Amino acid sequence: MQDGAALERARTLMMQALDGEISAGERRELDDLITGSPELVAEWRRLRRVKEVTTDMTLQNPPAEIWDGYWTSVYRRTERGLAWVLISIGVTIPAAYWVWHVIRSFLADTNMPLFLKLPIAALAIGVLLLVISVVREKLFTARRDPYVKEVIR
Amino acid sequence: MLQTADAGQTEDGALVRRAQAGDAEAFGLLVERYMRRAYFAALALVSRREDALDLSQEAFARAFLARRSIDPERPFYAWLYQILRRLCFNFLRDRRTRARTLEAAGTWLADEAAERFRSDPADALARREAQRRVAAAMEALPAREREVLALKEFESLTYREIASLVGIPVGTVMSRLYSARRRLADALEEP
Repeated sequence: MQDGAALERARTLMMQALDGEISAGERRELDDLITGSPELVAEWRRLRRVKEVTTDMTLQNPPAEIWDGYWTSVYRRTERGLAWVLISIGVTIPAAYWVWHVIRSFLADTNMPLFLKLPIAALAIGVLLLVISVVREKLFTARRDPYVKEVIR
Repeated sequence: MLQTADAGQTEDGALVRRAQAGDAEAFGLLVERYMRRAYFAALALVSRREDALDLSQEAFARAFLARRSIDPERPFYAWLYQILRRLCFNFLRDRRTRARTLEAAGTWLADEAAERFRSDPADALARREAQRRVAAAMEALPAREREVLALKEFESLTYREIASLVGIPVGTVMSRLYSARRRLADALEEP
C-alpha cells in the first residue's frame, strides 16, 4: 500500500512516461514505485491502454474550400460587429433622450392624480431595475466565469 | 528549430505592427497563418465542425477589433488562443444541457483506424469501438481537462508549451492530464 505522496508522485511519473517527458532516473523511480503495488500496476496498464487509443485518434479535416473564404468571413464579421455597435449607439442615445423627456413631462404634469402617478412611477422604476439587473449580469458574467480563474505561479 | 520559431515570431510581430497601423491585409496574413491551428483547437474542444469554424472565426474577428492591444513582442497565437478558449468555454457552458449519445460521439475524429487495419477487420472494429468510447468520454470531460488533453494529444505540445499557452503551472498540466485519462480509462472499461 502506497502513501498519498508516493501515489501522487507515481501518477505524475506515469503521465511523464506516457508522454515521453521522463528521464532515465525518473523512469527507474516509476518502476520502483509500481513494483510491489498491484493497484499501481493495474492503473498503469489502464492508462497505457488509453494512451494507445488516443494516439490513434486524429481530428477530422474539414473540406478544403472552407480555408479559401476564411479570412473574408472573418472580415465580414468585423464589419457586422462594427455595424451593430454603430446601430446600438444610434438607437440608444435618441431613445434615452426621449425617455428623459417623457419622465420630465410626467413629473411636471400637475393634472394627473396621485393614485395614477404612483403606480406608473412604480412600473417605470421596476422596468429600470430589471434592465439594470440584466445588463449587470451580462457585463459581469465573464468575471464570475469559473473557467477564467486560472492560477499563474 | 528555435531559430525558425524566432523568425516566425519576428514575422508575426511585423504583421501585428502593420495591422495596428491600419493594414487589414497584414491581419489577413496572420489569419491565414493560424486559421488551421485555431480551427483544430476549437474542434478538439467543441466537437462539431460548424461550431469550431464559427468560434475560430469569431476569435479572429474579436482579435482584429482589439488589434491595438496586441503586444507585437509576444507570440500572436498565444494571445489569440486566450480569446478562442474563452469563446469555446462559454459555448460549452451554454451547450452543457444538450446531451450527446454514444452513437453520435466521435464524429469530429478522422476514421483512420479502418484504413490502418483494413487487413484485420476485427481489430479495426475493436479499435473503432474503443475510439468511440474514448471520444464520448472526452466530450463529457470538464472543459479544462479536455483542453489540456487535446493540446497534448492533437497538437503534441510539451507540458511546458501547454502550461505557457493556457497560463497554468506544469504540475497542473500533469494533474489535469491524469484526471482526464483516468476518466477515459473508466469509460473504456464500462460494460
